[in-house]
Amino acid sequence: MKEKFEPNIIGFLCNWCSYAGADLAGTSRIQYPPNLKVIRVMCSGRVNPIFVINALQQGADGVLIGGCHPGDCHYERGNYLARRRMAVLKNLLEYTGIDSNRVRMTWVSAAEGHKFAEVVKEVTEDIRKLGPMQHFRRENKW
Amino acid sequence: MKIGVYICQCGINISQTVDVEEVVKYASTLPSVEVARFYKYMCSDPGQELIKKDIKEMKLDRVVVASCSPRMHEPTFRAVLEDMGMNPYYFEMVNLREHCSWVHEDKDRATAKAKHLVEGAVARATFLEPLEKKEVSVIPRALVVGGGIAGIQAALEIAEKGFKVYLVERNPSIGGHMAQLDKTFPTMDCSACILTPKMVDVARHPNIELFTYSEVQDVEGYIGNFKVKIKKKPRYVDIEKCVGCGACAEACRLHNRIPNEFDMKMSKRSAIYVPFPQSVPLKYTIDPETCITLKTGKCGDHALCIEACDDRNAIDFDQKEEIVEVEVGTIVVATGYELFDPAKKAEYGYGQYDNVITGLEFERLVSASGPTEGHVEINGKKPKKVVFIQCVGSRDKETNEYCSRVCCMYTAKQAHMVKDKIPDADLIIYFTDVRAFGKGFEEFYNRVQGEGITYRRRDLGDPIKVNKQGDRVVVKAKGHPDIEADLVVLATGIIPRKDSKELSRILNINQSADGFFLEAHPKLRPVDTFTDGIFLAGCCQSPKDIPDAVAQASGAAVRAAEPLAAGKVEVEAISANIDEDLCSGCRICEDLCAYSALEFDEKDKIMRVNDVLCKGCGSCASACPTGCISMKHFDMKQLLAQIGGLVG
Ligand SMILES: Cc1cc2nc3c(=O)[nH]c(=O)nc-3n(C[C@H](O)[C@H](O)[C@H](O)COP(=O)(O)OP(=O)(O)OC[C@H]3O[C@@H](n4cnc5c(N)ncnc54)[C@H](O)[C@@H]3O)c2cc1C
Repeated sequence: MKEKFEPNIIGFLCNWCSYAGADLAGTSRIQYPPNLKVIRVMCSGRVNPIFVINALQQGADGVLIGGCHPGDCHYERGNYLARRRMAVLKNLLEYTGIDSNRVRMTWVSAAEGHKFAEVVKEVTEDIRKLGPMQHFRRENKW
Repeated sequence: MKIGVYICQCGINISQTVDVEEVVKYASTLPSVEVARFYKYMCSDPGQELIKKDIKEMKLDRVVVASCSPRMHEPTFRAVLEDMGMNPYYFEMVNLREHCSWVHEDKDRATAKAKHLVEGAVARATFLEPLEKKEVSVIPRALVVGGGIAGIQAALEIAEKGFKVYLVERNPSIGGHMAQLDKTFPTMDCSACILTPKMVDVARHPNIELFTYSEVQDVEGYIGNFKVKIKKKPRYVDIEKCVGCGACAEACRLHNRIPNEFDMKMSKRSAIYVPFPQSVPLKYTIDPETCITLKTGKCGDHALCIEACDDRNAIDFDQKEEIVEVEVGTIVVATGYELFDPAKKAEYGYGQYDNVITGLEFERLVSASGPTEGHVEINGKKPKKVVFIQCVGSRDKETNEYCSRVCCMYTAKQAHMVKDKIPDADLIIYFTDVRAFGKGFEEFYNRVQGEGITYRRRDLGDPIKVNKQGDRVVVKAKGHPDIEADLVVLATGIIPRKDSKELSRILNINQSADGFFLEAHPKLRPVDTFTDGIFLAGCCQSPKDIPDAVAQASGAAVRAAEPLAAGKVEVEAISANIDEDLCSGCRICEDLCAYSALEFDEKDKIMRVNDVLCKGCGSCASACPTGCISMKHFDMKQLLAQIGGLVG
């Protein structure tokens, strides 16, 4: 039998909520699959759709964007901007034939260690089901 | 380019799930990596020395440390670089502990992940650029929100350090819950006797400006420079003219007709009132919900309060809400708590039977200044059999999972007070576990037990039921004989203020899962919030007793005074930067900025960044169609390189 596919997932987490939530999952030793690798940004509003596409190009099978809950943005409304951008990006992905479920936007507060772990579990399973990403791969050697 | 990579074992916290030597081996093969090492504790002195030595001897250009969360130790390692004369922004951190070793079990996979995390950081480090830290001046004044014991303590201490303090309290008087208590455990000193002198100190202190009957409506800005809008609700009494004589309240047509909230509605006040005789300030307030003039425009043939006030002329029905703007450098939040509403647990019979009261109602009942002048009476009779039930709305998965920390002790205190006033009364306490953890608590608990009070363990899984029987109630608890009681006192738990969410948004601070305000670190930064310049004191952060609330308030006062004393603070150098040659002046970014930090230059037809206003979120950079906006320290080049490293 073929070995289980382990998806490669990149996460963009806002420093104030989701990243802190991930830290809390750590301090509370809540286990989740090691498929997600996190990039810290100051705000989910920093996530340019290009980053997401670039991650998919460079070898990620999925991307998670975590921001503060609606209304709780540390910068007032960056999370709303992120949500809109990701909605547009998902449409675009569908248009190019890529399952938009490869990209997920979520809200995790600094107090939600459990939720963070749950989201990572879900995203890992969802993307495992979608299989490896094979579209527009390209090498981007830094 | 020469990069040094340092992997921390964190004792065994990291090394038990991540093969640190493997990661070091891998890191040494990455481009530009000059040296890679591991050490037991990178953050320790020898760990830091190790890095310093390499910086000096190998002339490193960039440093990557893979250890714990950057939210913990990034400043530590940046300082190492600074010590060696390097720009601190040449540092990059990998969160191997919180994001890897602590959350994964499979050592092979955790090690593989760790390698990629390090690879991402090395890639990003290659593109890091030096930045100048921004320094801003600090307005040497503080705001304290909430005038309970915690807010009072914090305000007095900051004021004593020589800084001006604005103290904002929602109610007509400061004092908070402590003003409602009769005696305080474990020493049984009289609450008012220790509190009211402090309240008076607040009113008299030349550095404190008191805003009662007021609320914080809006906060803008950042550490050192907060702009605060304070809403002063109309009192309909000119506090400059009011002398607190009370003639108005005596004269009021609704005299002794309105339930007094301070006495938990067990006594009556007038429509014009002070909450309690020692109120600070001792100035009257007209309750707009009940005042006949305010509700109907007319009170009999004339308003009796105006007549009683006579030539002092303090009453002013035309008073309007007022917004006062103040500027402060730091803020202490001390908004306290509310109590669990036991009516939500119908089995206790609260709100159905007069014989069932809450602990706070009991405090008023037993207080010499309370509705019964300190006589413990229920329906005019001395209770002979009193039952106390603990953990009402605490330690209960259905309501609040946490322990409220004060109920065990206040129940013991209240039982002791009943015994004191009615020596032949029979007292039973239903408890879950007696938590007598504080200084002098266990001794106090032993003393109370020795007074002939019966402690019975309850099972939280089995509800205790209180039912009416004649003019008494029957208390049924599983595993114990039923008790026919004259009075049942419910130890209701401490819960966050209903408007905590709203206030957290105004202040831009976080709440923990239980709804209390969240501290920046549960152990090492217990009074800080994640927002620089805003600190927490008292029960708004978690349930606590008076000594703990006061201790935390002193801590918060010191933290809040530090920047005021320094006169300036360093703020993150992360901000937006515009490439003038690339900017097309489309102005798409302009409206995205929540801080109006982007301004259109009419002359050159391009956008410009106001560095002081920019907070570095990056919302603009992600929208710029020409890509002319770069984010310092979170630049596209840096992030794309990191992605490349992470995906491996
Ligand atoms: C029945 C009972 C008995 C107790 N007995 C004891 C005892 O014997 N010994 C002991 O050590 N502890 C006792 N405690 C605990 C004690 O009450 C608390 O530790 C203490 O009152 C906490 O003070 P605080 O300032 O944090 O909060 P609070 O007393 O709640 O004060 C907060 C203040 O902030 C104001 N406020 C709230 N929101 C805003 C806002 N948005 N804007 C402006 N102002 C606002 C409120 O009006 C209030 O004045 C008892 C508690 C209870 C319930």
